[in-house]
Amino acid sequence: MSQGDVQQTLSYPIPSEAALEPPAEWARLRQKCPVAKVQLPSGDEAKLVTRYDDVKQVLADPRFTRQLTADDAARLTDSESGGVFNSEMSKIIPDHGEGHLRWRRLVGKWFTAKRMAALRPQMAAIAEQLIDEMVERGQPADLKASLGFPLPVYVICDMLGVPADDRDRFSRWSDMLLNLTRYTGEESTAAQVEFFTYMSGHVAAKRAEPGDDLLSELIKQSAVEGEGLSDMELLATGIGLLVAGHETTANMIGKMVSMLLADRTRWEALLADPSLVRTAVEESLRFDANSGFGLPRYLPEEAEVGGTVLPRGTTVICNMAAANRDDGAFENAGEMDLRRSPNPHLAFGSGAHSCLGQSLARTELQVVLEVLLRRLPTLELAVPVDDLQRVEGLIVGGLREVPVRW
Amino acid sequence: MKVTVDEEKCCGAGQCVLLAPDVFDQREDDGIVVLLDAAPSEELHATVREAAAVCPAAAIDVDESA
Repeated sequence: MSQGDVQQTLSYPIPSEAALEPPAEWARLRQKCPVAKVQLPSGDEAKLVTRYDDVKQVLADPRFTRQLTADDAARLTDSESGGVFNSEMSKIIPDHGEGHLRWRRLVGKWFTAKRMAALRPQMAAIAEQLIDEMVERGQPADLKASLGFPLPVYVICDMLGVPADDRDRFSRWSDMLLNLTRYTGEESTAAQVEFFTYMSGHVAAKRAEPGDDLLSELIKQSAVEGEGLSDMELLATGIGLLVAGHETTANMIGKMVSMLLADRTRWEALLADPSLVRTAVEESLRFDANSGFGLPRYLPEEAEVGGTVLPRGTTVICNMAAANRDDGAFENAGEMDLRRSPNPHLAFGSGAHSCLGQSLARTELQVVLEVLLRRLPTLELAVPVDDLQRVEGLIVGGLREVPVRW
Repeated sequence: MKVTVDEEKCCGAGQCVLLAPDVFDQREDDGIVVLLDAAPSEELHATVREAAAVCPAAAIDVDESA
């Protein structure tokens, strides 16, 4: 794209030339076209916001709703099922007001920081085991397939009370449900049906025989309060948590390790001072230029953002990764600073709908990094950084493989 | 320093508890913030400021003049 084309319709998502680097357009959009017209994979048009303040405002402003199923909302994909954001399932969990608050609080109690901290030893044991297996298979190894992908599935399956034998099927379903272009609409719909059938059976089994897991606890509360969650809500909750909690963290583990190894002085700084793990995780979340599609919002009424009045019926795409590189919000936004603090990045969104599982994700990322630093201090990328490849077609951005040696 | 929290705004992200567990907690029944220490001691000020800065719901207010 040349300088003069900024006003023309951009295809979205915007491709990037290097796997870990942001597209050059981001800086131009933030500077010159903070509310840009874009064309989505479906062919529908939307507005893209890339500035920190604008993204933060849209995410926290209740006028920008999540009603992507509205008749005149932009479709993200051309598949009939419409992908995860405008699927039928997404209508089941209340997305605003009192209903949303009730759901959020019922489920949110499972994701408190203290509960997540209590899961640390369990997570560390899973990480140790996966690293043992990776080392046993020999080097070079794909860190994403060996560690990044399985770890969050194991953790969330445990939380949902899903048996260990079914973990691999869950990974596949999760991958397909989130896909925008890699699978056909037909394949994605088939995956949704399989997953739906499995989860219905799983919810029924938990009703019959409750265990020590999130679904059982939610069912128990429904009985006590008489106004808990319906079967459909439980089902949608289970599916939503898996889809939200798997691929995101799985990819983030691979991207975080790649960013830290891409310039090995970063890895060495962490080896020298492991107390930097917490701020290094936050900075990895901020610095991730490949975080995926962003968050779509729909405007049922007119509203203003970034000095532009948007008519009712507009679909707005918030690109949090572009916002996280905004020099107006972060000093030296283009530098990865493992000590950055405070780091109010938008990787988990903002406001009432900010990621429910962010304590879980943070804890998983911190634990994985701690264990890797301890177990494989000589870790390095087994390919030049320029050879890393992005996965295409996912709502959640990631790398195809993260080849490493130690 | 005087710290106040807004339970209505809180979305239970738990960032504050991860950062400053001596100052913030979350209610057992819904994950909403509980303020443990409204006037934290000097050595906690930096992390409390950070917790306020990164709260996704802007539910923490820090009054430095108090």
